[in-house]
Amino acid sequence: MVDNKQSWKAWLYLSPAIVLLLVFTAWPIVNTVLMSLLEGYNNLGAVGGQTFNFGIGNFTYVLQYKYFLQCLANTCLLCVITVPISTILALLIAVCLNAIKPLQRLLQTIFFLPYVTNSIAIGMVFAAMFTMIPGAMPGVYDSVGIINNVLGVFGIDPINWANTGSGYWENIAVVSVYIVWNALPFKILVLLGGLQGINKQYYDAAKVDGTSRTRTFLRITVPLLSPMLAYVVITSFIGGFKEYSSIVGIFGADMGPSGNPRVLNTMVGFIYDALATEAQGRASAAALILFGIIFIVTLINLYVSKKKTHY
Amino acid sequence: MKVVLQNLTKIFPSRNKKSDEEVVAVNDFTFEIPDGKLIGLLGPSGCGKSTTLYMISGLQKPSSGKIFFGDDDVTELAPENRGVGLVFQNYALYPHMTVKQNIMFPLENLKGADKLTKEQMIARAYEAAKLVQIDELMDRKPSELSGGQQQRVAIARALVKVPRVLLLDEPLSNLDARLRLQTREEIKRIQQKTGVTTIFVTHDQEEAMSISDLIVVMKLGVVQQIGKPQDVYDDPANLFVAKFLGTPPINVFKGYVEKGKLYLNSGAPAAKGAENMPEDDSIAQSVKEGVCVLDVPGIDDREVYVGIRPEGFVPNPRGRFKANLVNVEVMGRDVSVVCTHEASQNATVRAIVDADNKINEDRDSIAFSLKPHKVFIFDAETEERLRFEVK
Repeated sequence: MVDNKQSWKAWLYLSPAIVLLLVFTAWPIVNTVLMSLLEGYNNLGAVGGQTFNFGIGNFTYVLQYKYFLQCLANTCLLCVITVPISTILALLIAVCLNAIKPLQRLLQTIFFLPYVTNSIAIGMVFAAMFTMIPGAMPGVYDSVGIINNVLGVFGIDPINWANTGSGYWENIAVVSVYIVWNALPFKILVLLGGLQGINKQYYDAAKVDGTSRTRTFLRITVPLLSPMLAYVVITSFIGGFKEYSSIVGIFGADMGPSGNPRVLNTMVGFIYDALATEAQGRASAAALILFGIIFIVTLINLYVSKKKTHY
Repeated sequence: MKVVLQNLTKIFPSRNKKSDEEVVAVNDFTFEIPDGKLIGLLGPSGCGKSTTLYMISGLQKPSSGKIFFGDDDVTELAPENRGVGLVFQNYALYPHMTVKQNIMFPLENLKGADKLTKEQMIARAYEAAKLVQIDELMDRKPSELSGGQQQRVAIARALVKVPRVLLLDEPLSNLDARLRLQTREEIKRIQQKTGVTTIFVTHDQEEAMSISDLIVVMKLGVVQQIGKPQDVYDDPANLFVAKFLGTPPINVFKGYVEKGKLYLNSGAPAAKGAENMPEDDSIAQSVKEGVCVLDVPGIDDREVYVGIRPEGFVPNPRGRFKANLVNVEVMGRDVSVVCTHEASQNATVRAIVDADNKINEDRDSIAFSLKPHKVFIFDAETEERLRFEVK
């Protein structure tokens, strides 16, 4: 412990960090709560001397607003689809990567590349892969896109994934593929690290006892990897609820295929839109609702993983 | 189940790709392990004892040679089809499972006709747990157990499927000294009760000697000697075996044999070799008589190493082995006499004598006579044992 007479020194040394945290983290949180509780608050009005009633009007407005509920549904849907798929895929890839000896480093690097690539750029590439290029006449296409060409090999007719008139579920499918692909590298990295930390003797012991590969994977690898899996699942749920840039990457700032804008908007997108339209009160309310959802989901995650995780 | 090793050899390729140096971990190991015995594979680290164990378990494939369990050739069999139980050095208990789940794990793998019901599995697990006396800890996790308890769980897990052969890799190395004594008796008891052929690996000679029916002493992949612990101790085949067995270790001296008499080098050139001796033969003879420590009929003249067990010294004022006294350590039952000798290969010479011998610590020198059957003579070049007639 620092001597009481000396403690001002400690505070002095801590002050740069404390000041920055107060200004850029603590105050915005407090301010967000304040704004959310002032009904119909907007910056322009506040500057103009307008006064706002204190109340929960922003929350009730947002929660009854159909468009907000659409954004909420989109966000939850993407989370529920992509988190399990990307986690299971990452686990399988990590196990395979861990099992092979030659070229392991090279493959590790290849699988990690998406992580260091700009997500908007990746989104544009994905858009190009899924987009059909219209021809001279309506209903005729110069190109149906790489994905449709590949599906064509298996005798599947071209699907309108992301063009004008494309369906909601097709759009969700495209975004999900993109999110999963984008989420894989980090998860593989974490899980591979976890796998390499598992003592090889457990596998020797299992081998001597005649354990099948599947059983070894389910009864030994997965439980021993559970701390890493819990970490990956929790962080990807948090990331999933903040989903925004992937949709911008594929569909642009319209947040939907042309002719049907904003149909794929997410919670974060809604908040940005509200801010842009000078509805800071509603944006704050939406942000706090998002915070509440993430908080509850994380608590549930922690509760479940505490029961299932072996540390 | 007897276990037969036939010309078993394991060669590891060099890790460094540039050099072609191979490591011969086990070299041409042939031995028949009798049914129901406890065998200790003994040697310093890197002698190939663990590799031998892992080849018997099937986790490592021999480069050449064959392994038989009874009459079955198991050389090509996968570990799970051999019916071996293996206890790892750090036990390798699954940390996320309880003791009960750990012990039941091998049973849950059984397929086809061997498949057990849940009740049978639990009964078998409790049976194994009772055998190693951990049936009260069944619901604990391995992290909640002491080292000795973990060891027992590992043994129970290895025994639960009634293996044909039980293999233990350094079973006592992770235990403290007191627990080690207790556990080694426990291993002996369990082995005798189950009657399963058991092979264990250790670098601790005391451990191997105390519980094994037979010990196999290995060095650099080559078997040095196989026999009952007492026989190997009393009759070592070479200098390595003699040095490896026994606490305190054997005392080794440089010396030479001439005309059936054993001399220890005194360090002074005058005492060694006739060419440095005074011209007069009779004087030379008397000088030599002075350093001759033992009559060793049957050994030709040559340079030798002499190994004398600490218990081979008998204090005797007229004894022919003279050494400089350093100090006397009283150990109750025995007395350990520490001295120095010019020909000794070690810094000090240690003699264990009965406490009834009153030794005056103030003296500078001490004389012993030697028990001939505690004196071993080895060729200085080959280090192989040279035998002489003990009168």
